[in-house]
Amino acid sequence: MRHTISLLVENKFGVLSRIAGLFSGRGYNIESLSVGETIDPQISTMTIVTSGDDQIIEQITKQLNKLIDVIKVVDMTELDHVEREMVLIKVAPRQEDKAEVLRLTEIFRGRVVDSSKTTYTIEITGDEKKIEAIIELLKPIGIKEFVRTGKIAIAREGVKKS
Amino acid sequence: MKMTGAEILVETLKREGVKHIFGYPGGVILNIFDLLYDDKDIQLILTRHEQGAVHAADGYARSTGKPGVVLVTSGPGATNTITGIATASMDSIPLVVFSGQVPTMLIGNDAFQEADIVGISRPCTKYNYLAKDVRDLSRIIREAFHIATTGRPGPVLIDLPKDVTASKADFTWPEVKIRSYNPTYEGNRWMIQQAANLIAKSKRAVIIAGGGVIISGAHKELKELAEVTNIPVTMTLMGLGGFPGTHPLSLGMPGMHGTYYANKSIQESDLLIAIGMRFDDRVTGKIDAFAPHAKIIHIDIDPTSIRKNVRVDIPIVGDVKRVLTVLNKMLREDMKEQWDEVRKAWLRQIDLWRQERPMTYTYSDDVIKPQFVVEKIFELTKGDAIISTEVGQNQMWAAQFFKFDRPRMWLTSGGLGTMGYGFPAAIGAQIAHPNKLVIDIAGDGSIQMNIQELATAVINKLPVKVAILNNRYLGMVRQWQELFFAGRYSHTHLEVVPDFVKLAEAYGAVGLRATKPSEVESVLKEAFKIKKTVFMDFVVHWKEKVFPMVPAGAPIDHMLFEEKPEKEEKKLKAVK
Ligand SMILES: Cc1ncc(C[n+]2csc(CCOP(=O)(O)OP(=O)(O)O)c2C)c(N)n1
Repeated sequence: MRHTISLLVENKFGVLSRIAGLFSGRGYNIESLSVGETIDPQISTMTIVTSGDDQIIEQITKQLNKLIDVIKVVDMTELDHVEREMVLIKVAPRQEDKAEVLRLTEIFRGRVVDSSKTTYTIEITGDEKKIEAIIELLKPIGIKEFVRTGKIAIAREGVKKS
Repeated sequence: MKMTGAEILVETLKREGVKHIFGYPGGVILNIFDLLYDDKDIQLILTRHEQGAVHAADGYARSTGKPGVVLVTSGPGATNTITGIATASMDSIPLVVFSGQVPTMLIGNDAFQEADIVGISRPCTKYNYLAKDVRDLSRIIREAFHIATTGRPGPVLIDLPKDVTASKADFTWPEVKIRSYNPTYEGNRWMIQQAANLIAKSKRAVIIAGGGVIISGAHKELKELAEVTNIPVTMTLMGLGGFPGTHPLSLGMPGMHGTYYANKSIQESDLLIAIGMRFDDRVTGKIDAFAPHAKIIHIDIDPTSIRKNVRVDIPIVGDVKRVLTVLNKMLREDMKEQWDEVRKAWLRQIDLWRQERPMTYTYSDDVIKPQFVVEKIFELTKGDAIISTEVGQNQMWAAQFFKFDRPRMWLTSGGLGTMGYGFPAAIGAQIAHPNKLVIDIAGDGSIQMNIQELATAVINKLPVKVAILNNRYLGMVRQWQELFFAGRYSHTHLEVVPDFVKLAEAYGAVGLRATKPSEVESVLKEAFKIKKTVFMDFVVHWKEKVFPMVPAGAPIDHMLFEEKPEKEEKKLKAVK
């Protein structure tokens, strides 16, 4: 099963490679990883999407906890939480499909952030399903490339997962 | 007062109580070596290879419980430490390793003798540092000692760019505060109570004690637990000495080369109490078939050890000594009188297994059996010696036939299985215990991996004894080839083995040789009398194998045994 694991880590030299090294050294898989500063500039937050059975996930969270630079590990999958990801998609539609691209962007509450004679670059934010859906819809129209940020997640306040 | 980085380092080490450093110099570390040249409080022991320095520091640490300290130069000096660091890491040994580094300005430029040792050592250290600013130096060193010696101990490396040790700062003595590092020492009381309840109900319980018992200094608490509850104890390779090997409740070692009765007991048990051990595959054999009827209580300070490879019913994260202290109190309040009665049938059954398949070998009058040498060492020293080993058959025979009654007398590379460990480790232990008898039980292959340390031993007048079980083969690998590769001895015959007697003499040590069983005792006695480094070359039977043996991946009660020789005159010798 897939899990979204959120970490608070010391914002120090080499932290990323300690975490990446833990996953690669023990044969765990990282599906996506995103890193950013927190309100305290000495602390970064990381969101890692990984997969494995319960035993592997238990090991992953324990191993992460054991790293000296890791302050806190939360398996978001066990909590009620909000997940978001952003994608930038560069589409190259034929003349007759241009309106459709704009329409889809609208429906998905995205924005066109750049355009050229032959392309639009659109920005979409949402959960994974939404991102996958827009990509599927735009594929037949002609995607040149897309870039995803990887997931970020935050726990919802005051709710326990039912 | 302003001090240079090198001065700060030396002062910090003194305040940390460091008396000995094992090291090897080079360009970028000269600032520090220069200070140690005439230092009164810290002695630097120059080894002849950086790997030797790390193993020596490791032997020092294992035999004392104090952290071992290493000082080497950048590049090749630093990379040469890696095997030693990985060895210590696998066995949870506290080390602080200082490596020189090129000046900060040059880092990343492929400068002369630059190696990214922080990157290289990351997976085999508990933590590591690149000290970039002289003002952080004392804090980093203090943190390194703290991290190395607390929780589950391990090696910590500090990389020291040359300009950092040369530049100046005020000396500071900051408190260690690492918000993200808080090992759990106290076990959860509710869990410990559950463990006590299970123990109270169990009929066929077995304790498996690992290296954690020794590290946490819990041998007394373990003995009390075993004696109060009358539960037999098996000690992993790392746990030898954590419980007295001569105790009636001792089952010896479990696993691949463990005793039949230890493995049988585990397999038939209804409760396993695993203490400070991590269910290595050499202990469990085939995991799915391991202890099929047992509930498992697992006590370990490292949460990642728990449920890593076996299912656990009662996980207890904490320091072994503290957890056992609480557990023993709960059990004492229980039903002490009933224990003996409850365990009678179980202990009787174990005795039957013990009689059925004792830990034996076939003695010979014509050729020296390696087991006989180990047995004689045990007999002559009465167990009062620090024993280190190399890796291979020598290591297993030492583990099987020497009985360790006390902790910190047994130095062996368990997790990594590093050939070349034993001799430098013995040197480190001898530095820490100048008046103790320290013996490396070696193979002729392994001893050649760090044989240059003869010079270190001789120059420092260390009376280390090396007993080479010389079979002219990479014996353990040869054994696997004999059993599993149809006797095709691909590259395991060493063909040319040096004359160890002459070699020892060439270094200024003493060399002795025994070629017949009748000479073994006199060679050992003579060696123990000589107050110098002694190499003993025991020319042993080349074809001897380590038994019992569980083939890799088989259940641990599927054991191979020595074939009983037909010849009558070869009497079977049982070891109590
Ligand atoms: C550094 C290293 N290289 C290779 C091995 C694999 N290995 C394990 S035991 C062994 C043979 C050891 O031979 P020797 O030291 O003569 O000891 P014996 O088994 O004959 O007692 C080898 C090569 C190892 N453990 N360590």
